[in-house]
Amino acid sequence: MTQPLIQYEDVHKSFDDVEVLKGINLEVDPGEKISLIGPSGSGKTTIIRMLMTLEKPTSGLIKVDGTPLWHKEVNGKLVEADEKHLRKVRGDIGMVFQHFNLFPHMTILKNCTSAPINVQGVDKKVAEERAVEMLEKVGLGNKLDAYPAQLSGGQQQRVAIARSVVMRPKVMLFDEVTSALDPETVGEVLEVIRDIAKEGEMAMILVTHEMEFARDIADRIVFLESGKIAEEGKPLDILENPNSERLKTFLQRFRSNF
Amino acid sequence: MRWDWSTVIEVFPLIFDAMWTTLGLTIACFSTAMIVGAIWTALKRIKFKPFNWFISFVLEFIRSTPPLVQLYFLFFAWPMIPYIGVTLDPFTVAVMGLGVHFSTYISEIYRSGIEGVPKGQLEAATALNFSTRQKWTKIILPQAIPPIIPMLGNYLIIMFKEIPLTIVVGVAGMLTVAEVYGVNNFEYLEPYTIVAFFFLAMSYPSSLLIQWLEKKMNRRFVNKPDKKGKGVTAT
Amino acid sequence: MEGLDITLTVLIGSAIFGYSIAFIAGFGRLAKNVFIRKFTTVYIEIFRGTSLVVQLFWFFYVLPGLLGIELSSYMIGVITIGMNYGAYMSEVVRGSILAVPKGQYEAATALNMSRFQRMRFVILPQAIRMMLPEFGNYLIQMLKATSLVSIISMADITYVGLLYRDANTSEGVAVFTMLLVIYFIIALPLIYITRRLERWASKGVATE
Repeated sequence: MTQPLIQYEDVHKSFDDVEVLKGINLEVDPGEKISLIGPSGSGKTTIIRMLMTLEKPTSGLIKVDGTPLWHKEVNGKLVEADEKHLRKVRGDIGMVFQHFNLFPHMTILKNCTSAPINVQGVDKKVAEERAVEMLEKVGLGNKLDAYPAQLSGGQQQRVAIARSVVMRPKVMLFDEVTSALDPETVGEVLEVIRDIAKEGEMAMILVTHEMEFARDIADRIVFLESGKIAEEGKPLDILENPNSERLKTFLQRFRSNF
Repeated sequence: MRWDWSTVIEVFPLIFDAMWTTLGLTIACFSTAMIVGAIWTALKRIKFKPFNWFISFVLEFIRSTPPLVQLYFLFFAWPMIPYIGVTLDPFTVAVMGLGVHFSTYISEIYRSGIEGVPKGQLEAATALNFSTRQKWTKIILPQAIPPIIPMLGNYLIIMFKEIPLTIVVGVAGMLTVAEVYGVNNFEYLEPYTIVAFFFLAMSYPSSLLIQWLEKKMNRRFVNKPDKKGKGVTAT
Repeated sequence: MEGLDITLTVLIGSAIFGYSIAFIAGFGRLAKNVFIRKFTTVYIEIFRGTSLVVQLFWFFYVLPGLLGIELSSYMIGVITIGMNYGAYMSEVVRGSILAVPKGQYEAATALNMSRFQRMRFVILPQAIRMMLPEFGNYLIQMLKATSLVSIISMADITYVGLLYRDANTSEGVAVFTMLLVIYFIIALPLIYITRRLERWASKGVATE
């Protein structure tokens, strides 16, 4: 078997005195698509934020390609990682946020070229070609010189996806990327994610409330309940034949809502 | 120049006495600024365009020219103006000069307070058939005043620190006393350091008090931020 | 119009010095190092807590003797005004940097930018938009403060005006009116620029 791309080993996380994650064990293979579902407050977002190094685990190990993310080896011992180590490992990871977080002072094109040029050292011309190609793919090839504030929420989120994809990460994280959008623009964003997923090589972890979408896109669905993985498996098994009562209630609430 | 404690013992009481003049002057200036500021705010609400422009011009003029020169103007030039000109004593010059200069800032604070009251409040008051007077006393002012109290406090401190300027017209505040002592005894280090100390000792705690007040006001008038939204992640 | 050169050069010197101090102290307040942070805080509180005029007297009468060096009046004027307004403006620098939404830091981190790159490409360009109007306001304040150098006998326009009045007491009204008008004329472009900056700043900053 190939080495998993991402490994969570007994990861705990507390905010102040509240433990939000109580021992997460999770593996993601290269190219695998995973949907994280669960009630709000169950810790889904925290799981991917720790992988993006935005939140530091209280205990446990997270590995990317076998390398510990928050720790580094010094003389055979694991010690806390410094910024340099974080940067090295973090390069394989990309993230799309709920509130897009585009850079408001840069044009759409610049949003997508700034990091490749300055972080990865890609030649400006090459970076621009790649960015234009990607922006065309998400349907915004005509907005290159616009500023984020001039775009709709759905358009901004598509730019944010393009911005992350041009960095060519091995895994992309999606943090409730449609929940801040107007209902009519949700579809266009999901469509873009679906297209990228089809291309295959990139692994994806999606935190989402869109059950149908989760089913379509994911190889595996992981159900989180109060800080623990309560159930996981193939989308059809999870959604059609849930084992636990909790998952059943959770899914029912969703069906009745939509 | 060496720090000499015997000088400190000699000059400290003098400066301490002068502190009351400085504080008294601060209060007099600030009261003037509050009253004149209210007049400006009222005048600016008159909707006749040319008049409004004129008031804006006057305010901008007073605000962007040095208070020092304004003091000189009142002291040296005012008495010579025909009809209205009278000789003013230093204390009056200081109160008028700094009071009017800062009234232009205070009037901005009043305006921001009034504009900070949501329009819906006025509409609701109208819907309840309040009279104009009642609208102001019962609805607008009770909401406009609390948020501006910390801002006014800040300006009180700023004004306190401007009082030494009145040395040029001879008001016997702390700095003036220190200067007189310095010139007579050729000792500058201790008197000026003591004056600086007095200013710091009074304005720093006051500014902490105002910060505390600001936080308290914010909690009362602004929705609480969510728990996750605090600070920047340290990565 | 004599003395205008002094007023303007003191203003320019103070502004350059003050803005530099503002950035140094502003970043100092945000430094990870506790010592740097404490030191900067003490500097800021001392200069904001004592009065500009008192500082000017202290720098003029005390400092040269204390350090045993000769400082020109110009230097003293620029140092005092610069350090005083630098302390105030450092709070503007710090406040603006902290006002850039957290999501911007996170997005920059997700793009694997280093601490320096985040500051350089993402945070500062947005923070500066918020700073500039405030800097403009403080420039007008500094212009007014330049008149104080007349107290330490620098021949700026206020000083020249005073001398002229001493010689021609009957022209007091004209002299001081003229002075106020000159200051206002210098302030006008600054007021205009500040207004423009305010309008410009309202664009290009993340609100979320």
